[in-house]
Amino acid sequence: MMMAYLALAAILFAIGIFGVLTRRNAIGILMSLELMFNAVNINLVTFNKFIAPEGLTGQIFAIFVVVVAAAEAVVGLAIVLLLYRNWKGVDIDNINIMKW
Amino acid sequence: MLETAYLIPVYPLFAFTVIIFFTRWNEKLSSAISIGAILIGLVHSVGVLLALISRHGLPYEVSVPFIQHPKILLEVGMWIDPLTAVMLVVVAIVSSCVQVYSLGYMHGDPRWSRYFSYLSLFTFSMLGLVISNNFFMIFMFWELVGLTSYLLIGFWFEKKTASDAGKKAFITNRIGDFGFIIGIILLFAYAGTANYQEVFAKVSAGAISPGMLTAIGILLFCGAVGKSAQFPLHVWLPDAMEGPTPVSALIHAATMVAAGVYMVARGMTVFAGSAEASTVIAVIGLITSFMAATIALTQVDIKRVLAYSTCSQLGYMIMALGLYGVDYAHHHHSVGYYAGTFHLMTHAFFKALLFLGAGSVIHAVHTNDIFEMGGLRKKMNITSITFLIACLSISGIPPFSGFFSKDEIVVASSTHPFFFVGTLLIAFMTAFYMFRLYFLTFEGSPRNQHKYDHAHESPTSMTLPLIVLGFLSIFAGWTGLPFEWFGLTGFSHFVYHGELAEHHPSYLLMAISVVVGGSGILFSYLIYKRKAWSSEAIKAKVLPIQKFLFNKWYIDELYEATIIQPTLTLARKLWWFDASVIDGMVNFAGWFTVKWADAKELFDKYIIDGAVNGIGHVCMAGSFFLRFIQTGKVQFYALVIIVTSVAVVLYKVTPQGAIIYLVLALIVGGVGLLSRLARPERAETD
Repeated sequence: MMMAYLALAAILFAIGIFGVLTRRNAIGILMSLELMFNAVNINLVTFNKFIAPEGLTGQIFAIFVVVVAAAEAVVGLAIVLLLYRNWKGVDIDNINIMKW
Repeated sequence: MLETAYLIPVYPLFAFTVIIFFTRWNEKLSSAISIGAILIGLVHSVGVLLALISRHGLPYEVSVPFIQHPKILLEVGMWIDPLTAVMLVVVAIVSSCVQVYSLGYMHGDPRWSRYFSYLSLFTFSMLGLVISNNFFMIFMFWELVGLTSYLLIGFWFEKKTASDAGKKAFITNRIGDFGFIIGIILLFAYAGTANYQEVFAKVSAGAISPGMLTAIGILLFCGAVGKSAQFPLHVWLPDAMEGPTPVSALIHAATMVAAGVYMVARGMTVFAGSAEASTVIAVIGLITSFMAATIALTQVDIKRVLAYSTCSQLGYMIMALGLYGVDYAHHHHSVGYYAGTFHLMTHAFFKALLFLGAGSVIHAVHTNDIFEMGGLRKKMNITSITFLIACLSISGIPPFSGFFSKDEIVVASSTHPFFFVGTLLIAFMTAFYMFRLYFLTFEGSPRNQHKYDHAHESPTSMTLPLIVLGFLSIFAGWTGLPFEWFGLTGFSHFVYHGELAEHHPSYLLMAISVVVGGSGILFSYLIYKRKAWSSEAIKAKVLPIQKFLFNKWYIDELYEATIIQPTLTLARKLWWFDASVIDGMVNFAGWFTVKWADAKELFDKYIIDGAVNGIGHVCMAGSFFLRFIQTGKVQFYALVIIVTSVAVVLYKVTPQGAIIYLVLALIVGGVGLLSRLARPERAETD
C-alpha cells in the first residue's frame, strides 16, 4: 500500500523536475516547483502514516513545508515581477546575464 | 702668578676661538680681541718671570693625568723653569709687537680677521710648546705650530708660489717630525715616562744604554732639524718668505724656528748623555750656519737674505748647544748651553726687528729686490735707525745685545779649534752681509728713482713695534753682563743646565769677536758705501763661486733631481700600473658583469617569464573551454545539480553504474550543448 503512495510521490516529483527543466515561462517553473514540494509532502505524510504512526512529526513537517512554500512563492513571484519589469517578459531563456 | 701660568696659552686660544666663530665679520673687533689677548698674556708672562726670579729660579710643575692605563700614563701639565719663563716672555713680546705691526702692514687685506685668528692660534701653540712638561705635549704643540706656519705661509694662497711654499714647509717639516716622534716613542719605551724630569732622572741614572741614547738623541734632533731649518732640511725656510712679512718675523725668525733650539736646550740631558749625538748636533749646526751665511752673501731679495741669516744664526745656537753636550759628556764645563739659550733670546728680538724693518721697507717701495732700493734713510728715519741697531746687534758690536750672546758662542767654541775658526768666519760673513743689506737699502743714492719717490715712512702702528724691539735689541743683552746689577744676577745664573758654574769673562775672546764683526762691517762699508772696490769686479773674479752661492749650493736642484723627480717618476709608473692593470681589472669585472647580466636576462625572459606566462596561457586555454559551462541559464544549472545528485545517490548503490551514468550524462549533455551552440539564437517568443 505504501509503495503506491511513494510511487505517486516519485511520479509527481519527476513531473515537477521535468517542468522545472523544460518550462520557459518563469511562472511555469514556479508551479513545477510547487509540484516537487507537494511530492515531498506526500512522502513525509506517507512515512508518518506507515513507519512512525505513533507521532505526528511527518505531518507537522508537511505543514511547515506548505508554509515555507507559500513564503517561497511570494518571494518567487516578486522575482518574476521584477523580471517582467526588466525584460518585458518572463521567458527564462532571455535572462542570461550570467552567461560567460 | 705661577699657579695660573697655564692661562698664558689659553688667552690667545680664546681669542682664536672667538674670532673664528663670532667676530670674523667685525674686523676691528677681531684684531682688538687678538691683540688684547696677547697683551694680557704678555703681562702674565712677565709676572711669571718676576715670580720665578723672586724664588731664585726654583722650577714649578703642575701635572694632571691625561691618559691613564696600568702601563701608560700620559700627562698634561706645565713645567716652569727659568728657560720656560724667558721663552714665554720672548714669545709674548715678539707676538705682541708683530700683531700691532700687522695692523699697519695688513691694512685692507680681505682676510684680515682670519689672519689675526691664525696669529692667535700660532701664539697659543708656541706658548703651549714652551710651557708643556712632557714630550708628548711638546709634540702636539710642535705639530700645531707646524700647522699654523703652513696656514700663514700660504696665507696669500692665490699666489701659486705662496701655496707651494706652504706645502714645502709642511712636507719638509714632516720628515723631521717623523724622526722626532720615533725618538719620543723610543724614549717613552725605554724610560717608561714622557715627563721631562722623570726622563732626565732616568737618563742621568744611566737607565738607557749609551747606544740607544745616541739613537734617541739623533732622532729627537731630527725634529729640531726640520723645525729650526737646519741642513739638510733648511730648504723650506727661504721659501717660507712668501708669507706676509710680519709672519716671517714672528714664525720664521723669532719664535717657531726657535722651537727646535728650545727643544734641544730643554732635552739637553738626553743629548748630553751621548757625545756622539752631541757631535752630530754641533756639526749639523756648523754646516748649516756656514752654508746659510755664504748663501746670504749673494742673495738680492731682502727677505731671503734675512731668511738665510736666520738659518745661519739658528745653526749657531744649535752648534753652541751641541758643543755644550760634547763637553758635558766628557765632563768638561762649557758656556755653550748658556750661550745657545741666551742667543736664542737676543736673536728673537733683533731678528724680529730686522724682519719688521724689512716689512716696513717693502711696504714703502713694493719690492723685495735690494738693488731697486737705496738711499731710503732720508725717507724712512725710524725704520733705518732701528734696522741699523738690529744690524749692529747681529754683527756682535757692543753694547748691543747680539754682542753678549755671540761672544759667549765664541767662548763656547774656543776649546774646539775647528769650530772656533768656523764660528769666527761665520761671524765675519754675518756682519758683512747684514751691512751689505743695510748699505744697499738705506744708504747711497736711489737706484730706482720711481720707487724712491713713492717711498714713505710707515704708520705709527708699524713704527711703534720697531722702536720697542729696537730698545730690546740693545738692552736685552745687558742681562748677560757678568756681574750683579741692581742686586740681580745675570742670565747665566738664571738659565743653566746641571750645576751652576761661574763664568769668567775672557776679554781676549771678546776683543777677537768684536774685531771680526767690525772688520766685516768695514769691508761692507768699503765695497758698498765708499765703493773703494767695485762689487761687480769682485763678483766677476769669483763668478763660479758666486753662481754656486747665488743658487743656494744647488741644494734645491739636488733634491729635485734625487728625491722629487724619482718620486714623480715612480708615481707616474704607479699611475700607469693603476690605469692599465688595476683599472683594467676593474673594467673587466664591469664588462663581465654586464655580459653575465645579458645572459641572465635571456634566462629570465625565456625560462622564468616563460613559465609564468605559460601558466597564464594554460589557464586561459582551459578557461576558454570551461566557460561554456557558464551558460547563464538557470535551468541548465538545475539540470546539472539534479544529474549530479542522482549520480551521488547512484554511487551508493553501484559505483560502476554511477560512472557509466555520469559518462552517458556528459555525452548527452555535451551533444546537447554543442547542438545548442550550433543552433542560431532563437527569436524572442513570449
